[in-house]
Amino acid sequence: MSISKENSLFPDPRVRSPYNERDSAACGLIGFINKDRQRVSGEVIRKAITNQHDRGNGLGGGFAGYGIYPQFKDLYALHLMYDKDNAISEVEDILRKNLSVVHQEIIPHKATKAIHSHPFFKRYFVDVPLAAHGDRHTPDDYMVKIVLGINEKIDGAFVISSGKNMGAFKGVGFPEEIADFFGLEQYEGYIWTAHNRFPTNTPGWWGGAHPFSILDWSIVHNGEISSYGINFRFIDTHGYPCTMMTDTEVVTYIMDFLVRKHKLSFVDACSVMAPPFWKDIDAMPEEKRHKFRLLRATYGSASLNGPFAFLFGFNGGLIALNDRVKLRPLVVGRKGKTVYIASEEASIREICPGLDSIHAPHAGQPTIEYLDEEKK
Amino acid sequence: MYYEEPGARESLGLRTPKHEDLFHSHPEYKVERDDAKCIRCLCCVRQCPYETTFYDPMRNVVYDVHSNCVNCKRCEVMCPTQAIEIKKWGCGFRENHHWKFRDYGAAYKQSDTGAVVLTGLGNDNPYMSYFDRMVLDASQVTNPSIDPLREPMELRTYIGRKMENLEDFGKESFQEYPNILAEVPIAFAPMSFGAISLNFQKGMAAAAQELGTFFNTGEGGLHEDLLPYKDNAIVQVASGRFGVSKRYLMNSAACEIKIGQGAKPGIGGHLPGEKVTAEISKTRMIPEGSDAISPAPQHDIYSIEDLRLLIYAIKEATEYTRPVSVKIAAVHNVAAIASGIVRAGADIIVVDGFRGGTGAAPKIIRDHVGIPLEVALAAVDERLRREKIRHMASIIATGGIRSSADVVKAIALGADVVYIGTAAMLSAGCTLCQQCHRGKCAWGITTNRPDLLARLPVEMAKERAINLVKGWSREVKEMLGLMGLNSIESLRGNRLKLRGVGLTKLELETLGIRQAGV
Repeated sequence: MSISKENSLFPDPRVRSPYNERDSAACGLIGFINKDRQRVSGEVIRKAITNQHDRGNGLGGGFAGYGIYPQFKDLYALHLMYDKDNAISEVEDILRKNLSVVHQEIIPHKATKAIHSHPFFKRYFVDVPLAAHGDRHTPDDYMVKIVLGINEKIDGAFVISSGKNMGAFKGVGFPEEIADFFGLEQYEGYIWTAHNRFPTNTPGWWGGAHPFSILDWSIVHNGEISSYGINFRFIDTHGYPCTMMTDTEVVTYIMDFLVRKHKLSFVDACSVMAPPFWKDIDAMPEEKRHKFRLLRATYGSASLNGPFAFLFGFNGGLIALNDRVKLRPLVVGRKGKTVYIASEEASIREICPGLDSIHAPHAGQPTIEYLDEEKK
Repeated sequence: MYYEEPGARESLGLRTPKHEDLFHSHPEYKVERDDAKCIRCLCCVRQCPYETTFYDPMRNVVYDVHSNCVNCKRCEVMCPTQAIEIKKWGCGFRENHHWKFRDYGAAYKQSDTGAVVLTGLGNDNPYMSYFDRMVLDASQVTNPSIDPLREPMELRTYIGRKMENLEDFGKESFQEYPNILAEVPIAFAPMSFGAISLNFQKGMAAAAQELGTFFNTGEGGLHEDLLPYKDNAIVQVASGRFGVSKRYLMNSAACEIKIGQGAKPGIGGHLPGEKVTAEISKTRMIPEGSDAISPAPQHDIYSIEDLRLLIYAIKEATEYTRPVSVKIAAVHNVAAIASGIVRAGADIIVVDGFRGGTGAAPKIIRDHVGIPLEVALAAVDERLRREKIRHMASIIATGGIRSSADVVKAIALGADVVYIGTAAMLSAGCTLCQQCHRGKCAWGITTNRPDLLARLPVEMAKERAINLVKGWSREVKEMLGLMGLNSIESLRGNRLKLRGVGLTKLELETLGIRQAGV
């Protein structure tokens, strides 16, 4: 099957929804970060998201964990999902030709009472040989190219995550069922995010569940991006073909583009995505006003409009952002070195009854939490 | 009371048509006057600039030379007793779906004179409107619509070249491009002093200032009365170069090179000498009473590299403080041309569709040359994005924008801002009679005859233009809100907000939109 690049508005059946529709979803989400790099079992995040059971409809659940592969922490961990057998050899061919595969194995998964039909999962720990990326690309750019290439071109294969020392686990079912399916309790991480999905139009496709991930970015997202139509055209012209027509995919790419390619800080990237109102910009002191005016004027097509709350995980920390009029819930709780961010306070209290503080961030105000520097 | 009407005497009695009158004096409209209601105030006689209505004091009769009536509605509107109704004349010729009045009417006129038939306003032919085949999306359940009366709703738009990235921000080497700020995505289209009245231009200028948007001088220069509004002026440099000087270029927010006009792509303009009054002569820097002729091409631009020279000549003259715009008519190869123009250094590109208005153009050209704005705009935006140069220029769409819905659809197709010309004239009372080229506008819009000019006070023109744009802006905000958006940049190029109704697959692909229902 080939992708028609003639007009990205009319993608081929490669678009995963058989209805050829854009996916939008209402959802529940939670994540936490242990800033002291204390690793905890996936069981904790499973318990928290289970508390938000009713925010989903059983058509998608997923998790991302950081710090879960300490034994391979300098290698890219590729989580691959296969729903066609012949895709396996095609993908492995690409990996062998372009990367050095240090280790590969099946991602342990077991059919449960709730989940009986499912794709096949493998993970590959790979390195980018210097000769492969050369001077023209960073290893990260090279990986992005390969990952997007597999997702775009190989029918029946999908890269779920591709970062170092992190991984995403997701599928069709309630999140607690997905956690059981992958045996999430085996993994220990210092950042976890989880998602419970209530899709309005995409039938069960495992790749369509959250988190969406590229490199070590992973995003779980509750909302609908009403500006999607321009966001995907913008990001498409910057070399990120959107293959799945989901809001969330676009958000992931925009973050990667702004931070990694255009070298914006996380704070600035967040104010591109949820820009302050002009009346607030007008009231800023001169230098700040100048900067925000430029950010909005330059990246207007990357700003996200419509209701959203998302959690953005990466190897250095966790970011949460709301749309600029706060049309989706988001609360932040703190306890010692741990920061919890969730759609519902109850699910934070479920796993941490004695919080030091809890508050709802203002609309458009990012919450950015970094891990402490790693002890040498 | 005795009333002496020039020309009235000889019109008394039986009209004996001259030979050449036999053909084209077949009237189009009929002035029907209810004699029982008529109080002989002679308002209609005074109001008609087209020599249609006369008074015979001997017989105390108001009568009409119907073939002169253009249906401008002035007498109908002004009559204090509402005694007048303009009607279509008779049954016309034998029904014919091939030969219409526009064809045989023109043929008669040309058989008389051997001349080119002129007209004003925009293409009035029944070509399909793509705007009318596109419908808008609205939020239901999965995302909330936003109420603009209670929530912020932003229309502010920066016009001009944007930065590619902000990596160097804060460093000394950081160099910004000049941008102009429009508080509403609607500006007034280029209309020159000469083509339109000074009062109307002043009204638009004052309205633009109050609205935080722009008016465009057209190619007629900037009259000194407009200097207080220079920060809201886009000054045009056209093929006649009327009124162009360094001072003119600096008295502006932005400068615009006019290559073409949607109503008459590929041809120039002609302001007849009798219309070149003292004021116009001063503003255009040409002798009083001399014809103001704009050549078809700009004679220093025979190629894209010549255009680049002019763009940079203007940038040099304005010391890189003004964005430079290039206005072209929508023609078949518009996307490639636009791409070349942007690469030649234009900061703004204006695409003028074939419905665009004119002060005077050969009717045959107005009605048959050029392509619809909607497809041209879609093609230009898509091409600039594919070539990764969309940030290098803002797109202004113009030519037949009739309502706030057209504004929203144009922006969703990819425009940053729209120009409105005919709609602005409507705010001043225009009745679309298409006589702009005759300089006798009964509403004081496209004339500089002092008696007619007085019919359009500046304050009235200003207030009504402000009202129109404000009303449209409110509607744009409502439409943004119902789509779940609260800023205009999230609509710009957001073609998923549009769906096609009754278009072919190829048309949908050309517009870059999807069929309604999918």
